[in-house]
This record gives sequence, C-alpha cells and structure tokens, in this order.
Amino acid sequence: MELVNPGIGLIFWMALSFGLLLFILGKFVWPPIMRALHEREKNIELALHEAEKAREEMKLLMFTNEQMMLEAKNERDKLIGEARKIRESLIEEARLKAGEEASRMIENARERIHFEKMAAITELKNQIANLSIEIAEKVIRRELSEPSRQEEIVRESLSDINLN
Amino acid sequence: MVLIAGMRKFYLLFFLGVFSLPLFSFAVSTGSADTTAHGETAEEEFNAGVMIIDHIVDSYEWHIATLGHTHVSIPLPVILIDGGKLHLFSSSKFHHGHDAYKGFKIETAKGGNKGKIVKVVPGTMTTDSQAGMPVDLSITKNVVGVFVSFIVLLLVFFSVARSYKRTAGHAPKGLQSLLEPLILFVRDEIAKPSIGKHYERFMPFLLTIFFFIFFTNLIGLIPLFPGGANVTGNIAVTMVLALFTFFMTSFSANKSYWLHIFNTPGVPWWLKFPIPLFPIIEITGAVVKPFVLMIRLFANITAGHIIVLGFISLIFVFAKISPALGYGVSVVSVFFAIFISLLELLVAFIQAYVFTLLSALYFGMATEEHAHADGHH
Repeated sequence: MELVNPGIGLIFWMALSFGLLLFILGKFVWPPIMRALHEREKNIELALHEAEKAREEMKLLMFTNEQMMLEAKNERDKLIGEARKIRESLIEEARLKAGEEASRMIENARERIHFEKMAAITELKNQIANLSIEIAEKVIRRELSEPSRQEEIVRESLSDINLN
Repeated sequence: MVLIAGMRKFYLLFFLGVFSLPLFSFAVSTGSADTTAHGETAEEEFNAGVMIIDHIVDSYEWHIATLGHTHVSIPLPVILIDGGKLHLFSSSKFHHGHDAYKGFKIETAKGGNKGKIVKVVPGTMTTDSQAGMPVDLSITKNVVGVFVSFIVLLLVFFSVARSYKRTAGHAPKGLQSLLEPLILFVRDEIAKPSIGKHYERFMPFLLTIFFFIFFTNLIGLIPLFPGGANVTGNIAVTMVLALFTFFMTSFSANKSYWLHIFNTPGVPWWLKFPIPLFPIIEITGAVVKPFVLMIRLFANITAGHIIVLGFISLIFVFAKISPALGYGVSVVSVFFAIFISLLELLVAFIQAYVFTLLSALYFGMATEEHAHADGHH
C-alpha cells in the first residue's frame, strides 16, 4: 500500500470505528461532562456573585453602624452639655436664692434687733421713770424736811438723768 | 497529589516511548538488514527509502522485531470479498509476502498497487492483470491501531465521565483534572470563538475528533506493540476524518451558506450565468477545505515519522562505509531522533488542535447568520 493510495478496508473500518466512537461518546460521555462543567461554572459564578453581594451588604451594615455610633455620640454630647448647663443654672439659682434668704434673714435679724433695742430702751425708760419716781419719792420723803437738801437732791437727780 | 502522580505516569510513558523509539527502530532496522542478507534477492542490502516507507505504510501483519533470522510479528486477519465470495484467513498464510494463498498475494512489484492484495494467475506467483482487485476489508495494522485508539478513548472517557458524575460540583481529580483543561480548551478556545452561539451542537463532534487525533498521534509515537502504527499518518484515516467534517458542515449548513455557494450575493450576474464561474469556485472551495484537512494531518504525522526513521537510517548508511563511522554517527542520530520525537509530541497536539479548529471554523461558516446578506463580500 503506497503512501497516498488509501485502502478501501482501512476507510471502511475507520469510518465504522469513528462513527461508532462519535455515537458512543456523543451519547454517553460528552453530555454529562459538558453538563457537569456548565453546572460547576454556574455554581462558581453564583458563589462569587453572592460573595460580592454579601460584601456589599456588609459594607452597608458597617456604614450604618458607624452612622448610628456617630449619632449616639452626638446625642450623648448634647445630653452632657445640656446636663452641664442645667447644673450650672441650678447652682446659680440656688446661690441666688441662698443670697436672698440670707439677706432676708439678716434684715429680719436687724429689724428684730432694732425692735428689741427699742423695747429695751422703752423698758429702760420706764424703769428710769419708775426709779425716778422712787427716788423722787425718797427724796421727797427725806428732803422735804430740809428744803435746801431737797433742792440739792433734785438738782443731782436731774444731772443724773441728763447723763443718761 | 493525584494530579501530580497522574502527570508523572503520563510523562514516564512519554519518555519511555521517546527513548525506546530509536532503540526499537534500531532493532527493526537491523532486522530488515538481516532479512535482506538471507533473502533470495541480494540487491536488497539496506535501502533507507524502502525501510522508511515499509514502516510508515499499512501492513497485513504487525511486525514487532526480527531476532536473528526470525521475524517476530503478529499476523492479522485478511478479509476479502471477491466475486461475491467472502475469504477469511490469517495473513501468516502469505509468509511475509513470499507466498500466494487461495489465489491472492501481496503485490511486491512497483506501481499503484504495491503492498495491496491482488489476484494471481492460478498456481503461480505472477499477478493476474486481467482480474479485478478484490474488495479488501482486512484488519490491517492501521485498523488495529484505530481499534486501539477506539478502546483507549472509550476507557479514558468513560472513566472521566464517571468522575464527573461522582464529584459533581467539586474540584476535578486524577485523570479528570488532566483532561479537563483540554476539554475546556476545545470548548473555550476552539468552539466558542469559531462557531458562536450554536457551538454546543458541535461540541460532541469537536471533542471526539480532537481527542481521537491527539490520542492516536501520541499512541503512534510509542514504538512498543499496541502503539507505533502510523494511523494518523495514513491518508485513508485522515480522509475519513476530513469527510466527517465535510458532511457535518454540509448537513448543518443553513440557507445562507448554500445561497453563498450557488448564488453568491453581491456578485455581478454575468459571473454566475451563463457560465457559473462563481458557483464553481465556491463548490471547489467547499471541497478543497476538507481535502486540505486530510493532506495536512497526513503529511505532518508522516513527515515526523520519516524524519525519525531517516536519522536512524543514517547510522546504517554510514555503518556500510565503516562500522566505526556508524557508531560515531549513531550518537548524533539518536540525539536528533530524540529531539524530533519530542518535537513530535508538540506536533501531535498542534495537529489535533489545527484539525479541530478548522473544522470548527467551517461549522461556524456553515451556521453563520447573515443579518445583511450582501455586506459580507
């Protein structure tokens, strides 16, 4: 059999074998392989897609978390600021009130002192008057016997009173 | 780990094949030299051309080695249909072409029928030139080679398909992971870009033809018994493969493909009528395409085998001048034979790729849809 002279037998057997091979592989081998490959690729793609989605969601979640934390911090700062302000105003108010109270009490005390003083003075005056009357009585009783002495006593009493 | 072990086995197989190729050829070549020495015709000393051609063409027996004066070969069945009668006998009856049997012999004379079975004039060894040729359906060496590829492909791919079913949705394992890149290569680099959206219809054919050519090329490089037949370097085999592509193209072609052949749009009418110049050119094109496929694969694989055998023959050509020269040349020859064999490993893949790619391109042309029919040329 020369090089370029095809033998009919070989053509026949080759066509038969290859046709059969094509049929068997095409029916039982390639379809499951192609399907498996396709399915695996689809799964991988799906998994990648899902991972991407999860990452995106994670990012969003983290962003929201951060936002929330920021808001919470702001809120806290605001609350603390307000509390401080309230505290300061309370202290101020308390101080003002205390001052007022104190001055009021002082005023009261002063009035009372004044009143007491007045009462004391009045009582003293009454006592003095009484004493004066007593003295006068005594003087009158004793000195009335002796007119010069009477006079002296009156004068002395008067000077005493004046001292007061 | 499985992958690495698998790869290692694969490489080991290759290296065994590559290294034993020159050794084997050496044995065989010595054999043919010996044969000629004890043969009746002294003119056959060592003829490199004859030896090479004998090794690359088909044969009715599978010659393994020649030890001393004994040929170690596997006789293959001869099946002949002659005048409506079926003849079935072993090729050993021909005694390596020295005898005629049942009125048939292997033609030894130069000419178109050399090596084929022809009828003889009854009782003699002379060719009966008046009688027609018998229909020869013998199981020759290359037919066995085709069967070997057939069995290897079935074993390998049934195993792979089973792995796909077993490990569905998981990473590939073992043989499966060795072949998956090739399957994906055929799908993603050949079918998808060449055919387009209809690619899935042609995948079984493209995968089968790719792996058939690739495996057969590789088996052809292994010089030990079940391999070594020059199957893809035989024009009958490549012709059948090309015809499959041709019929696939023709049967899957759509209307616009045929329109382009018989009534090419955008071409002046006088090129189609009264002399159908353009249809003739287009039909020639459609026929030349598979013809080129056939020649390319045949020539590439045969050339590789011829070069390797040529380098080995150099040893004997020089040894005839002086034995020392023969030993000297053998170092260089074996080195080059190994180099070419390694190159052939590459060629085995490239030719499978090219054949598949071109088939895919033809399918792509046949199923292409022209949105605007005349904007194409």
